[in-house]
Amino acid sequence: MLLLECPCCGQRGEETEFHCGGEAHITREGPGADDAAFENYMFERVNPKGVHLERWRHVHGCGKWFHAARDSATLEVFGTYAAATHRPPEELLETIRAKRPGFKWRELA
Amino acid sequence: MSDLSGPAPVLALGGAAFDGYVRVAEEPLRAMFTLRGDLSAKALKNAATGLAAVDMPGQGQVALNGEHCIAWMSPDELLVMTPWDEHAKALGQLDATLTDPALNYTDVSQARALFSLSGPDGLVREVAAKLAPVDLSPAAFPAGSFRRSRIGQVSAAIWMPAPGRIEVVCFRSVADYVFTLLRDAARPGSEVGLFG
Amino acid sequence: MSSRLAQGGRLIDRGAMREFTFNGKRLKGYEGDTLASALLANDQVMMGRSFKYHRPRGVVASGSEEPNALMGIGTGGRFEPNQRATMQELFDGLQAESQNHWPSLEFDVGAINAKMSRFFPAGFYYKTFLWPRSFWEKVYEPIVRQAAGLGKAPKDKDADSYEHLYAFADVLVVGGGVAGLTAALEAGRAGARVLLLEQTAHWGGRAPVDGGKIAGEEAETHVANLVAELEAMPNVTLRLRCMGAGVYDHGYVLGYERLTDHLSDKSGPRHRLWRIRASQIVVAGGAIERPLSFAGNDVPGVMLASAVRDYAVNYGVAPGDRVVVVTNNDDAYRTALAMKAEGLEVPVILDARAAGGGALAEQARAAGIRVEAGKAVAKVLGAKRVTGVEVCAQNGSGSTIETVACDVVAMSGGWSPIVHLWSHCGGKLIWDETHAMFRPDPDKAPTGADGKGFVLCAGSSNGALLLSEVIVDAGRAGLAAAEAAGFEAPVAQSWQVDEVSEIPLAAVWLMPAGASYDKRAKTWLDYQNDVKVSDIQLAAQEGYESVEHAKRYTTLGMATDQGKLSNINGLAILSASLGEAIPQVGTTTFRPPYTPVSMGALAGQGRGETFQPLRRTPIHDWHESHGVQWEPVGHWRRPFCFPKAGESTHDAVNREVLTVREKVGLLDASTLGKLIVKGPDAGKFLDLLYTNMMSNLKPGRCRYGLMCNENGFLIDDGVVARIDENTFLCHTTTGGADTIHAHMEEWLQTEWWDLQVHVANVTEQYGQIAVVGPMARQLLEVLGTPNISKEELPFMAWADRVVGGIPCRIYRISFSGELSYEISVPAGQARALWEALYEAGHGFGVAPYGTEALHILRAEKGFIMIGDETDGTVIPQDLNLDWAISKKKDDFIGKRGQQRQHLALNPDRWKLVGLEVADGAVLEDGAYILDAGDNDKGQRNMQGRITSTYYSPTLKKGIAMALLKGGLSRAGETVEVTRLGTTPVAAKVVEPVFYDKDGEKQNV
Repeated sequence: MLLLECPCCGQRGEETEFHCGGEAHITREGPGADDAAFENYMFERVNPKGVHLERWRHVHGCGKWFHAARDSATLEVFGTYAAATHRPPEELLETIRAKRPGFKWRELA
Repeated sequence: MSDLSGPAPVLALGGAAFDGYVRVAEEPLRAMFTLRGDLSAKALKNAATGLAAVDMPGQGQVALNGEHCIAWMSPDELLVMTPWDEHAKALGQLDATLTDPALNYTDVSQARALFSLSGPDGLVREVAAKLAPVDLSPAAFPAGSFRRSRIGQVSAAIWMPAPGRIEVVCFRSVADYVFTLLRDAARPGSEVGLFG
Repeated sequence: MSSRLAQGGRLIDRGAMREFTFNGKRLKGYEGDTLASALLANDQVMMGRSFKYHRPRGVVASGSEEPNALMGIGTGGRFEPNQRATMQELFDGLQAESQNHWPSLEFDVGAINAKMSRFFPAGFYYKTFLWPRSFWEKVYEPIVRQAAGLGKAPKDKDADSYEHLYAFADVLVVGGGVAGLTAALEAGRAGARVLLLEQTAHWGGRAPVDGGKIAGEEAETHVANLVAELEAMPNVTLRLRCMGAGVYDHGYVLGYERLTDHLSDKSGPRHRLWRIRASQIVVAGGAIERPLSFAGNDVPGVMLASAVRDYAVNYGVAPGDRVVVVTNNDDAYRTALAMKAEGLEVPVILDARAAGGGALAEQARAAGIRVEAGKAVAKVLGAKRVTGVEVCAQNGSGSTIETVACDVVAMSGGWSPIVHLWSHCGGKLIWDETHAMFRPDPDKAPTGADGKGFVLCAGSSNGALLLSEVIVDAGRAGLAAAEAAGFEAPVAQSWQVDEVSEIPLAAVWLMPAGASYDKRAKTWLDYQNDVKVSDIQLAAQEGYESVEHAKRYTTLGMATDQGKLSNINGLAILSASLGEAIPQVGTTTFRPPYTPVSMGALAGQGRGETFQPLRRTPIHDWHESHGVQWEPVGHWRRPFCFPKAGESTHDAVNREVLTVREKVGLLDASTLGKLIVKGPDAGKFLDLLYTNMMSNLKPGRCRYGLMCNENGFLIDDGVVARIDENTFLCHTTTGGADTIHAHMEEWLQTEWWDLQVHVANVTEQYGQIAVVGPMARQLLEVLGTPNISKEELPFMAWADRVVGGIPCRIYRISFSGELSYEISVPAGQARALWEALYEAGHGFGVAPYGTEALHILRAEKGFIMIGDETDGTVIPQDLNLDWAISKKKDDFIGKRGQQRQHLALNPDRWKLVGLEVADGAVLEDGAYILDAGDNDKGQRNMQGRITSTYYSPTLKKGIAMALLKGGLSRAGETVEVTRLGTTPVAAKVVEPVFYDKDGEKQNV
């Protein structure tokens, strides 16, 4: 059972306080999007063994959504960051690069 | 319907109490308001501190003065409590202070049940530690601490107004569930001695 | 015979006699005994029978690794099977019974299996019961079930209570032997918050039995000193009878504390599950002695050498009068010396090593004990009790050299570090050739949230077997843990240790080395599951080369002891059979818990009335005292109906429906979700959430709205009221209160974070009471409610009013088609308002109604219900709700999804219709509407299904709503609807609005 630190309230809590919301940084496709783009938005998800970026919500805590970067195999948590962003902070990417040289996640590396 | 009159509101459990190895009691009604918006906004700060007459709490903290308190709930949310007899006055004050539509308040006084655990400090802590996945040691959770977490399977906020006392707030509909959990955790014979 | 010695027993109190029963027989022991030691003291060596062959089995070990002495303990609601007698402390009134036998332990019919053992080889079940298939259910399964199972399941409800406890530590030390105590001491001195768990009732582990001096003190004194120092440290918590059961991700550990299992007084929680988060974990669990594999090594009286001396030293019990020791290492000589010191006979020590033992062997010889090097046990004599051993050379096929009479065989095949907790979360092992054991690979520790190792092993768990090594290793581990947890660590204290030196063991996996098939087929590896050396060899021969496959094929290590004694011996046999080195074959996976934990402990407080939260409305107690029949709705309890005395449920529901249609009814609608959406962008946000337009709703007015997910499927509906320019109140379904709140927060926080909107869930702040029926207005007027006429408070408007002296908010909304006032009232006054309405309504014939009447009333009106007409794959258009989907809006959640070809443009979608049967019969819920022909699997084609079906007391006939291919374009057609167990029934497709089609009754 994971330990996560909510970047919104600063609390470090166990997984039962949180809810995982799946893959992070998915761009919404609304009316006007073609079928392929919409299908990609709705259904195409990566399932990497290694570095993964996810959405989490501190449901039993401050109620806020946030992002977590972690290793899906070792469960190491590289960091958590705010929900209102389309990309992890550069500092966190540096941390991941140092720990997992050559990592690739979608277009991030 | 903001200005309450009519029959006095009844508590979820009518003021239930249990004298175990710590005392578990449903506390009398308290006025509670959720304030939302930019916590650095002057109007919001004034609204909160004007009601509770305490300073703004830091992140994850509660500022207390008897039944008055301001609890930091999230980056854009405060919970302000006052004694119940100040409820009507508080509503007027909030309406007057929070005029910016980006700032607002909600009266949640009756959406909640409030419980206290009181007794020897270490025992009060361990009763709460049987139900909440929170480090309740004196070092990690000194008097004045505030934490949103869960009690058993439901969301709750717990704080420590003073040594030997923990207060727990949960939703009113699960008052009986939470009280039963706290009561069972406080049953004589189940003492742990975790905190000395 | 086994008996109590005249003196000794460091753990028992000879002044405190304890009475207990075993298989109904009254026996006596002492305070401090385990059930196993007390049984041995009463000459009860045979303690059970094995699982498969029902062979007589005696106790083998003295600790938690015991595979044989499994008992049913207690009676009734406190009966529990498979309890290890070695871990069960004796108390007055303890009731124990042995297992796996019928009719008695001494005489067992199932033992015939043993005679047939050549017909029960590895994989027997897989091979035998394959054919004929039809025999499985009626013949094989009943027989196997009768004979199978370890122990009997309890029949009564568990009489005890259990609890959890969340604990946090910088350094958690598991194991309270000398290693654990030393590690805890160092970590504690460094300032870390230390939690030390010991599964038994005593500190010190093996050291007080095995001897050696620390700092000039006997081990027992040293242990007492360590405990005293630790107890004086405010940052250290010590816990006996608390097992470290499992290590999980990110430093999560389960501790299993047994509070009353050792007491006559069972009040208070029985077990406490410690849910621990530790920064660092030190595993100091010690090591387990391995049995030796020789023929007849399961005969009662064959025991681990360490256990034999434990019983003597700790409990003052002699497991027998004549003890033959057989070993491949020096340590077992301690048993011979201990037996000799107690005045028992040790006819011979058989040391399989050609060169014999070291200093301890010298001591044995000096004590007058015969020592034979290079010798082995060819075969144990005796059935229910050891009567002797045949001796042979270790190198050879086992020709008997001599026969030695004895009643105990103390065996030692070396020691295996207890690495379970190291391995649970991914710690890797390395093979230590010198000591013939797997030990933790310090470079491959399990890693935590920070990517660094969080488990350390100390002492024997780390492969340090000598006392001097143990203490140094434990001190190092305690300090390293404190340091890793962020504490500045001083230098570990060094201790002067006096001990006897030992020379290395020789790996002996089969005794004698060239044992014949007959011997191997009587040589047990797994006592609990009756797996023999020959079974593993057969598995290898049949191609089960992976250790995991061989395990499952033979069931080696799959019993409740999880192979604590058998795994290493078994995999050594497997690797020899495969011609591979042991580390190449590897171990099976170590999984938690270390030993079985009770289901009650895992459930903790989550049973009985706190199994799950039960949500109550503010009017709950009134319902309870007025004959309510409850319906669970999520975690809520809602009134289903209120039957009067002598009234059936069906009659009560019908009466409630007619009361609403003809008079006035009261519904507790408090569970409906109430979400306040507030802020300058509230209207804009709701336009994105709902399919219809909300931003143009006027303050004071209400509008019904639909919410979809991005797929376009309907997820919730409800009435939205605009409170003021910046504030809306959104009603959701009962189930939607929390999920729709979360849905709104998700979109606000993760997609449209630029919108200035706040959402507050005020579902529980207000009770909500629906006053429904043609006399609703009159009823409210009796309570002095002003200004509620059609003009002053029209349909789909809301207003704040005082009802019976209580300030309320009234919504003129209707889910029944009748004149309806939904009154929102602060929760603490909801019951007062309810009672006022009930009193005031007496003259009108008012009655409370429940969810079933509510459902019928809405179905008569053709109103959809989320969860009945929807199932997560239904779009609003399927329900003829196109009118509630805005065409003006550029975007809303689900708009793009609904544009997909197979949704919006598909003429064959199943769409909402009403159905009626000619004779007024009620269709079955969930029934299908048949189509012509069969599908490619030969099943009848379907073209729709029933979503809601009721008897309408208003119309005095059955009414149904259904989803039908083509929908209302087929109005007037007759379709066939399935019925369970009988022929389909014809139903006519009609409009789904059965009552007051023009909506005149609600708009008055």
